Parts: sequence; C-alpha cells; structure tokens
Amino acid sequence: MSFEASMARLESIAARLEDDELDLDTALALFEEGVAELRAASAFLTQAETRLKQLNEAADGVFRVDDLRD
Amino acid sequence: MALTATARDVLEGAFTPLWVRGEVSDFKAHRNGHWYFCLRDGDAQLKCVAWSRERRRIPAPPDDGMQIVAFGQLTVYPARGEMQFSVTRMEAEGDGLWRKALELTRARLHADGLLDLSRKRAIPRHPRRVAVITSRDGAALRDIFAVAQRRCPSVEIVLVPAAVQGDSAPESLCFALDQVARWGDADVVIIGRGGGAREDLWAFNDERVARALATCPIPTISAVGHEIDVSICDLVADLRAPTPSAAAEAAVPVQAELRERLRASAETLSALASDRVASARTCAGEVARGIARGASRRFDRGRLQLESSATRLNALSPLATLDRGYAIVRTAAGRTLRSVDRLEPGTPIELVMRDGTAAATVDRVLPNDRSAVASASGTGAES
Repeated sequence: MSFEASMARLESIAARLEDDELDLDTALALFEEGVAELRAASAFLTQAETRLKQLNEAADGVFRVDDLRD
Repeated sequence: MALTATARDVLEGAFTPLWVRGEVSDFKAHRNGHWYFCLRDGDAQLKCVAWSRERRRIPAPPDDGMQIVAFGQLTVYPARGEMQFSVTRMEAEGDGLWRKALELTRARLHADGLLDLSRKRAIPRHPRRVAVITSRDGAALRDIFAVAQRRCPSVEIVLVPAAVQGDSAPESLCFALDQVARWGDADVVIIGRGGGAREDLWAFNDERVARALATCPIPTISAVGHEIDVSICDLVADLRAPTPSAAAEAAVPVQAELRERLRASAETLSALASDRVASARTCAGEVARGIARGASRRFDRGRLQLESSATRLNALSPLATLDRGYAIVRTAAGRTLRSVDRLEPGTPIELVMRDGTAAATVDRVLPNDRSAVASASGTGAES
C-alpha cells in the first residue's frame, strides 16, 4: 500500500476513534490496524537510496521493472 | 524522352542543393499530399514542389505572400518537361512557419477541449513511483534522479525510454505514453527532455504526442527544454514544469515533511487511544490492576507468548495509560473483557501491560455492587 493510502487510512481510523460510542474491541482493533499502517508508512520512509528502474515490456505485453544500470 | 532526362541530369549536376529566397505565391496543397507553389522576386519566378514524403521537416504549409527561404534541388520534371525546385526544408521570416504550425495544432486541440483548464488533474502529494518518459542518456533523467535523491529517496524513479528528438521521436513518445497507461503502476508521469534547438524540441509540439498525453490515465507533468520554451505538451499536461529538475520537485515530496505528517498522525492516534482507555477503565481498570499485580511473575513467559499483539498495542498510547498501572484484560482469544460476567475460576485470560503481555488464570470471581474484584492464581495478589 502506498504512503498516500496509508495516510488516508490513518485519517479515517482517527475519525472513527473519535466516536465515543465505539466499543473497546473495535477501538483496539482499529488501534492495531493504525499501528500497522504507521509501520508501513514509516518503512516507506526508511529507503535511503533512490531506486532507478527501467520499464521493460516483453513480447507478450507483460511489464517488468528492472534496475537501470549505468 | 532521352533529351529531357539528360537536361535533368545536367541541371542536377550543375546545381548542388541550395537555399533560395522569395515570396510564396499560387500555393496549392494537392489531394495527393504534395505542395505546389511559386517563389518570386521582383523579376523572376521559380516553380516549386514539396513532395509529401520529403517535407517532414517543414512544420506547416506557407501562405501566399510569405517571405521564405527554401532549401532544395533544382531539377526537371520529365513528365511535364518543366524546370522545378524540389523543396525539402523551408524557413519563414520571424519563425512564421513554426508559429503557424503551433497555432494550427493548438486550434485543433482547443476545439476538442484538450486545453481546458478544467481537465487539469492534481499531482499526487505522495507518489510511490514516478514514471519518466525521456531518453536514457539525456541530462533530464540525471537531473530528475538527483532531485528525487535529495528530496525523498523512498520514491522510485522508473525510466520509460523514448527518443526525444529526430523523426522517430513523436512515435516513440506516443508508444512510451501508451506503455505507461497499460502498465498502470506509476502514480505520476513526467515527460520531457533538456533544452535544445527548436527543431530538437519539436516532437513535444506534435499533435499525436499531445493527444496521447491528454488521454494518459495518470497525472502528467511536462518538462520540455528551458524555461522560455513552451510546447504543445506543456499546454496539455496537468502541470507544466519549466525544467526537468522542476518537474521532479513538483512530483517528489520532501521526506522530512512526510515524517512530520506521519508523526502528527501517530500523535492523534495516541491521544485517541489514551482517551479510549481512560473511558474504559471504569469497567475494567480495577479488575485489571488486581490481576496484573498477581500475574507479575509471569511476564517473561507471557511476553514471548503474546508479543505480536501486545507490542503493537504498546507502540501506541494506551502505553501512556498502561504506564500508570492500568492493564487491559482479554480472553485467550484476544477479546477484551469489560465485565466479570463471563469469568469463572480456571478461565484463561491475558493481561496487556506496559511492557508486555501476561497469560493468567482466574482464581476467584467476586461480583460486587461497587466494584468487581478478582484475583489471579499465583502469588502476590493483593487487594
């Protein structure tokens, strides 16, 4: 899932958690999901080197993304 | 007739290809695709032809009255026995032909609504992957890569190679755009090249390229040449960047800003978690506290057993509440308990605490009007 999608999900989780009527089980499940999303988004940000790739299309129309070597 | 053919050979041998200046008159674009016209000056005229296959480098047909210089070969057309000038290149005063070509293309795109500002899509704030349509060896790719590396190395740059100048460039750019569309796995696409002569940039004024760009299913950024060059692609793209580096800046966010946004989101979640746990404590807090103390000796075993769920919770701000001594009581299946109703001696339970999780077993259940008190098996239980 992309960073953008993770952030969107986190915002929607936060919105649901603001509902006082939410039962604790659901709330905890949402927290856990939120933590997973936070981790995924953080992991995205740990990349230190930009990956440079090249799109290659095989004869059958299947795409592959390969490292671009200089 | 051998004589006419010989005359042609003599003429072609006498005159190498050359430039001729004059005013255009009697221009006709024939149905067969060839252009016929005259070049005149004060006292002479020259019949000219521009064959459809040989005028790819002429941007637009000239208008009568236009002052031009034409490059071509003086020859004889044997079928008519006429001398004519076979034109392959043409320049008009004040870049007239280029401007005319641009205006013609622009008018057609405008008529089809492809230049409407309402068509412009927003560029995503946090792309995962940026497709770059340019030449593999050009400065544009290097510039874009350098900016991406500086701003946010998490974003992947995927080159979709294409010829960016020469006769094959328009077709090559259209093909690359089609590939990006069929691949469908980029969040935004940059199309462009570094600066160059006007003719080198001309592929980005090609109507086919502009139309392919307009139908691209993902947001597009054009980055053609230097700041002063505005191409047809610039008008069609969702965003026009003055240079490839500027395109990369528009496409790639600054990592520090993403971290900040993530941190803010984590804080929101933490605060909500604290509130939630605080409001739940009236039903579970005292029970939890009692059991938690009793189970303190089981931490090590419990931590290992339930690390995956508990540590994930602990990463959040129930932590802040758990730090103050509260625990969450759950069934062995992970369901949170808020009452002693379903507890009986021997029921296995889990205690989620600040630094781990403990497995415990209910010893006694003592429902009470004011508070419910249970004690866990094991030593150390206290009221």
